[in-house]
Amino acid sequence: MKITQVLKAVTTAGALALMMSSAALAVTLNLGNGSEPGSLDPHKASGDWENRIIGELYEGLVAEDAQANAIAGQAESWTISDDGLVYTFKLRADANWSDGVPVTAQNWVDAFQRLFDPKTAAEYAYLQFPIKNASKINAAEITDFSQLGVKAIDDKTLEITLEASTPFFLQALTHYTGYPIRKDIIEKFGDQWTQPDNIVGNGPYKLVEWVPGSYLRGVKSDTYYGKDNLKIDEVRWDNTEDLTAALNRYRAGELDILTDFPADQYKFLQDNYPGQAHVAPFLGIYYYVLNQSKPPLDNVNIRKALSLSVLRDVIGPDVLGTGELPAYGWVPNGTANYEGTPYAPDWAEWPYDQRVEEAKKLMAEAGYTPENPLKLQLRYNTNENHQRIAVAITDMWKQIGVQVELFNAETAVHYDALRAGDFQVGRAGWLMDYSDASNTLDLLKTGTTQEGVMNWGNNYGRYSNPDFDSLMDQASKELDLVKRSDLLHQAEAKAMDEFAAIPIYWYVSKNVVSPKITGFEDNAKDINRIRWMSKSE
Amino acid sequence: MFGYALRRVLTAIPIVLITITVCFFILRLAPGGPFDGERALPPDVMKNLRAHYNLDQPLISQYFIYLGGVFRGDFGPSMVMEDFSVSRLISIGLPFTLMLGFSAFVVGTVAGMIAGAVAAVQQNKWPDYLLVAIVLIGIIIPNFLMANLVQLFFGVYLRWLPVGGYQPGSIAHLVLPVLILSLPHGGRVARLVRGSMIEVLGTNYVRTARSKGLGTRLILARHALKPALLPVVSYLGPGLSYLLTGSLVVEQVFALPGIGKYFISAALNRDYGLVLGTTILYVFIILALNLIVDVLYAWLDPKVRYR
Repeated sequence: MKITQVLKAVTTAGALALMMSSAALAVTLNLGNGSEPGSLDPHKASGDWENRIIGELYEGLVAEDAQANAIAGQAESWTISDDGLVYTFKLRADANWSDGVPVTAQNWVDAFQRLFDPKTAAEYAYLQFPIKNASKINAAEITDFSQLGVKAIDDKTLEITLEASTPFFLQALTHYTGYPIRKDIIEKFGDQWTQPDNIVGNGPYKLVEWVPGSYLRGVKSDTYYGKDNLKIDEVRWDNTEDLTAALNRYRAGELDILTDFPADQYKFLQDNYPGQAHVAPFLGIYYYVLNQSKPPLDNVNIRKALSLSVLRDVIGPDVLGTGELPAYGWVPNGTANYEGTPYAPDWAEWPYDQRVEEAKKLMAEAGYTPENPLKLQLRYNTNENHQRIAVAITDMWKQIGVQVELFNAETAVHYDALRAGDFQVGRAGWLMDYSDASNTLDLLKTGTTQEGVMNWGNNYGRYSNPDFDSLMDQASKELDLVKRSDLLHQAEAKAMDEFAAIPIYWYVSKNVVSPKITGFEDNAKDINRIRWMSKSE
Repeated sequence: MFGYALRRVLTAIPIVLITITVCFFILRLAPGGPFDGERALPPDVMKNLRAHYNLDQPLISQYFIYLGGVFRGDFGPSMVMEDFSVSRLISIGLPFTLMLGFSAFVVGTVAGMIAGAVAAVQQNKWPDYLLVAIVLIGIIIPNFLMANLVQLFFGVYLRWLPVGGYQPGSIAHLVLPVLILSLPHGGRVARLVRGSMIEVLGTNYVRTARSKGLGTRLILARHALKPALLPVVSYLGPGLSYLLTGSLVVEQVFALPGIGKYFISAALNRDYGLVLGTTILYVFIILALNLIVDVLYAWLDPKVRYR
């Protein structure tokens, strides 16, 4: 063998060894992400599984800490005018896009103009409707985008003007609809701009691979201002739509975190993988809507009887098996700017027998007994857990003289019927978009008339009470957070005292986290950014 | 011969057209739409979305817009997988699904033939009982359960193979999916081979061969195998189309990047473009495979050509 060949072999071997050692040093987080992302465009995404990816590729003015509280992100500081209408953000000097271009205030002007542009057809545009003229631009009532309340004062100063003071606006800005975009990239690549070769973000990770149906892969962004603090070098977001298979992958060590698990495996996980299944309160409510636009559920006493006879304490621990807490009010515990005692009706403390007796009495007054039962149809979207709960509640209602017919349909059909008011009792759920009481209470506001048609929005049960609406209206104008919280508490009590709907349980988040991972902190928003995590082998 | 093939191709065109038309209108008749999620969208946003996808136009003009697109090879946008056009999703997913289906086809066919032949030769002895039992288990146990069992056994307990997921270029990640997909197919092939082989082994010409003093292996190879394979060959066409279109469970469980799982999820999401795209694709695959089988038959049996 010639000396050059030997040298070649040695250097090749050395290079290989070096590559292997650096590959071994790279820390990869394997995250079971749930569904397939429909879009990585912050103006088109709509699910928490998309948020988990988009929130690593981009960063808003305000970001989330490990507890998902709002902290300074791309803006290093901000000031709010005394009337609560004008927010002035100062951008970080070292905020850069993944292609090295500095982040500027204009990126947000472009982003918000695109978000509200009717042509973008952004599903979640309404989350940023507190911004001045946003809803009018979105409805094409204003076509001059320069009237939008988002202005670049200079490269690093952004001014946002609101329609009215909005205490949760900083919260809303943590949502991906508040992220900046690169207009030039979108114009250059059109529909293809979110593909790995084209996408440019300003977050801690950048996308390098997207295999639809299987996984996405991101690597640490060299241009992110906090790159030196990132403990995870690479992220793989795996499609884990099949929860049982995902749990198998977790058990084999292929996945480090699962963002959901089959409820019937909770006991198994607790026994065999102690401390790894994280079940924590989550800002969301599972409830039954009652159609109050027609008899018999327009009768408040019948609604009361139905609500009283639902034994909520068994739903979480026994029916579902993951210990969801019973819900009697409408605003989840832990909601921001909502101090004071949570709503709790006095009957919630009664023994169940007494509640059933009271419910029977109310039903009898309305003319219904077990011999002459009230016939109701209960609709739910096809899902094993919804079915279990519906069956349990059917049984609870039977004893007070209600005969339930169960009707299940796939999600699109179910919600289509709910929106059309074509139901009596229907299953629904709401996960909060941002931590503020108005986000759930708005669900009970009277609909608005648009172009001669009554639009009830998400108020499927068509609950309507002018007093409730007026309290909500006052609250939206109230600048003092304590007074505002008090008004919202009054509104909640009003609606719940009238049994506007039947709250059943508060949602929980269900994660499985490997002991190798540190920095994963359970929080009520179930948002866990990878920048706070680290992984040991 | 060529004329026969041409006639068959020409008759396939109206079938595809009818499928597109029926599918298009049935989909629109179904209650619920692609934007009827858990949350009601504000009417303005809904209006914008519908305009974005031409859904605000009369149904009949939507139909012609779609048809025009299909002729240009454009299946339109996906309304749920918004970052991809339907054509692009198919171009990414189809090669994988085909690869998976063909691999399972080859593995299942070969293993099924061997198992069936062995079982037939060892009829009513323990290898026969064992193979018949395995074959029955392979056919009876549903895909998703079997997938879970092999994941637990080979992935979680033995740690021989990856439990799931996909890694470009990694064959290890495909072993379990191919195994699961090939089991029912292999099982059916094994039963067919076993049945026809037993029949052939009882025929007079095999008895003659035996009485001449030929060895069992020679009899099997020279006299029994070919006639025993005839019923198998006629099953291979439908078997292959089943494998190419039936990979949805396996793709879902193992999180593989194929096209199969869109078939169900797109229908549930009312993703009109993706439902139509995958349906047209499947009709096309099934028609093509039937055509190939029929042409092969015509080639083997001249009588078919003039029917």
